[in-house]
Amino acid sequence: MSLLDLKNVTLKFGGVTAVNNLSLSVNEGEVFALVGPNGAGKSTVFNMISRFYRPFRGSITFDGEDLLKQKPHQVSSHGIARTFQNIELFERATVLQNLLVGRHRHRKTMLLEEMFFIGRTRAQEREHRHAVEEVIDFLDLQPYRDKHIAGLPYGVRKVVELARALATKPRLLLLDEPASGLSVEETQDMRWWIDDIRRQMGITVLMVEHDMGLVSKVCDRVLALADGAELAQGTPAEVQAHPAVIEAYLGTSAISKTANAKGERV
Amino acid sequence: MRFHFKTTYDQDIRLFPDWWNFSLYAALILLLLAMPWLIDSFFLGEMTNVLIWAVAGLGLMLLTGQTGQVSLGHSAFMALGCYTTVNLMEAGLPFLAAFLLAGAITGIIGAIIAIPALKLHGVYLSIATLALAILADDFIVILDHWTGGVNGYFAPEIWIFGVEVNRWVNPAAWYYLALGTALFVTLIYRNLVRSPLGRAFAAVRDSEISAQAMGVDIARTKTLAFGLSCAFAGLGGALMGLFAGAFNNETFNFLISIQLLMMIIIGGLGFIHGAFLGAIVIAFLPQLLSMSTDFMGSSSIPGLETGVFGMILIAFILFEPMGLYGRWLKIRTWLELFPFARRDMFKRQKTYLKTERLR
Repeated sequence: MSLLDLKNVTLKFGGVTAVNNLSLSVNEGEVFALVGPNGAGKSTVFNMISRFYRPFRGSITFDGEDLLKQKPHQVSSHGIARTFQNIELFERATVLQNLLVGRHRHRKTMLLEEMFFIGRTRAQEREHRHAVEEVIDFLDLQPYRDKHIAGLPYGVRKVVELARALATKPRLLLLDEPASGLSVEETQDMRWWIDDIRRQMGITVLMVEHDMGLVSKVCDRVLALADGAELAQGTPAEVQAHPAVIEAYLGTSAISKTANAKGERV
Repeated sequence: MRFHFKTTYDQDIRLFPDWWNFSLYAALILLLLAMPWLIDSFFLGEMTNVLIWAVAGLGLMLLTGQTGQVSLGHSAFMALGCYTTVNLMEAGLPFLAAFLLAGAITGIIGAIIAIPALKLHGVYLSIATLALAILADDFIVILDHWTGGVNGYFAPEIWIFGVEVNRWVNPAAWYYLALGTALFVTLIYRNLVRSPLGRAFAAVRDSEISAQAMGVDIARTKTLAFGLSCAFAGLGGALMGLFAGAFNNETFNFLISIQLLMMIIIGGLGFIHGAFLGAIVIAFLPQLLSMSTDFMGSSSIPGLETGVFGMILIAFILFEPMGLYGRWLKIRTWLELFPFARRDMFKRQKTYLKTERLR
């Protein structure tokens, strides 16, 4: 059953058509990847789902509800969490505080309760901390718990951002290039984590990724984009072999060369 | 160096992490309570002044240090707090009720003003709020029915539970009033910082985009921050006016806002300690300057104070952007790690690219 549906979505910036009549649907429980060359509109799709952008045409529905009626801060309350391509953490706060912000959508206390720290505030803090500790355990962030973000290496920041998204207890996780800038080992870790996020936590994942190695290992389905429009859709192997995809990445002559190569072999 | 072996989450939630930290602050509060017996009434008056500046400074700290919105209009809200207190007292309310109610009213009016103002970002917000501070002067003159206009007001007598709080007759009572307010405001500030709203403030400061993605309503959070900040500034302003004894439109001119902003930057943006350290600098520097000009044998030099303040501010922005408290943190870390501290430990790392502006 499909969880997230984009239908005929179009978005233009001035004269540039960033996303052109794109439709995709992500099923509950699957890992879905968007691939494509730089400027293909992958992150723009994410920003439309997060409601930072409003599409000109088309509809976006999440679990049957119209996302376009929501304000950007209301999207997370539906159970959609995301990470950013260029890491957007709260730099002057600790890892723990960053993750606790992820719990914001579960906040129940009112202003006056928090001002005087009375009523359910303390119990709520314990509850949030417990939820955050589970994520810290899951992603092995224990050594960094009280460290400030400003002093952390890039790879750790990347994991903290994933952790913050998980702390919101989402149903759909949007990962914008989870492996970019990571070392080979860190990419391996990321791969197992994405697997576990899907298997253990039952979270649906939609990701943008350039590392085809990672994509082919974790993803069920892939959609290739170029110039804002769909090129091909299917399993990672299908998409990688698709002539239009090869053309978009390597140019037309590449196709004839592959064809020639095949021809020679035949 | 002390290591915290944590066994419950409450150790991170409670106000003081351990008994040592608790006893330090308890000793500080005891010392502050004993002040009237330790120093003469002149310095007690100066201490009162420091605490009053700290209350207003905590207000601006919540907005600028915690939420990242720079306001140069807080003198207007200090004036609002002051005149509201006096008017409520004349309407027959006891001082304490009038004082707290005035704080709440200032907060609500501040929040209402914030709704359009906070659509502006960065320097535009500061300019808009600066306009507010300059307008306040004219409003006080125009609304002379409530404010006494240019002639101003003489502070009414203050009674708290049958004790007269009078600067000349009973300076200790005034000192305790300012101390109590400062502790009250500090407690609220601390409580906010350790609860979801305070973290939302910091989130808005550091990255509005991802704060939104985490479900933080930016407009609402900023408005709340502005309102709370104005409420604290209103309390500080009420104390300042009443402590001065007489006040008119000149008492709360826009230079007060600028001094307030300088104060929190010198003290250390984002730290409660910073508001207090900055208040000490702001309150004692004029005395120090007048003493030193006396010592040099010259009469007072006009504009010297502002000039020195300006230079100190520039020096801090250049050499210690984290302020006095930031410097203290570095010294403390150096001492704790001695002799293993490295020189470049606090060097700021190159920050990574931020996501392109989405609007």
